[in-house]
Amino acid sequence: MSRSLKKGPYVHASLQKKIEDMNRKGEKKVVKCWARASMIVPDMIGHTIAIYNGRKHVPVFITEQMIGHRLGEFAATRFFKGHAGGDKTAKRG
Amino acid sequence: MARIAGVDLPRHKRTEIALCYIYGLGRTSARKICEKLGIPETRRVQDLTEDEVNRIREEIDKNWAGKVEGDLRRVEGLNVKRLIEINCYRGQRHRRGLPTRGQRTKTNARTRRGRKRMTVAGKKIAPSKG
Repeated sequence: MSRSLKKGPYVHASLQKKIEDMNRKGEKKVVKCWARASMIVPDMIGHTIAIYNGRKHVPVFITEQMIGHRLGEFAATRFFKGHAGGDKTAKRG
Repeated sequence: MARIAGVDLPRHKRTEIALCYIYGLGRTSARKICEKLGIPETRRVQDLTEDEVNRIREEIDKNWAGKVEGDLRRVEGLNVKRLIEINCYRGQRHRRGLPTRGQRTKTNARTRRGRKRMTVAGKKIAPSKG
């Protein structure tokens, strides 16, 4: 079921506040953010948000195409580097 | 020969089924087209009159423009390309040729991953036979 339009997109309150502050001052800083479920809204374009992946903050530059996606989609939480002993065939990193 | 949207329709099939041979049309849309044009969907393609074929062609060209065949394939390709370009999770899955919607990959997922590759166990069986 999709989210009610009445509510608008979900953006974590503290993140929204930070973005608004930065837009008002016209400055660009990397914002650390844990709210992976927050949706990317047009206000965020051009900012760099450091999205937490459970271990560290991955800096992601927000572009127009990313609107409507969630922050978490851009910071993978798992890294598969191939199976052990898989060096017989060439594996990518 | 009924040639619609660049596809040859099989003559001996019912119109309803034959229209599904066009990429982007399934049973529902095929039935809708038949209903709208007043063509019985049970009529075989070979029994359609020239006029009926032209009407179907016109209908698809006009009201299904950009939603069938090459145009649809292009749109789909662009959507995938966009996902890959913005480097989101779904894009990464597309890049690796794995399912994008959270399905399991321990087993199955053969549509995306292609035919099953021979495992070590499979290789052992082969020489014992020969």
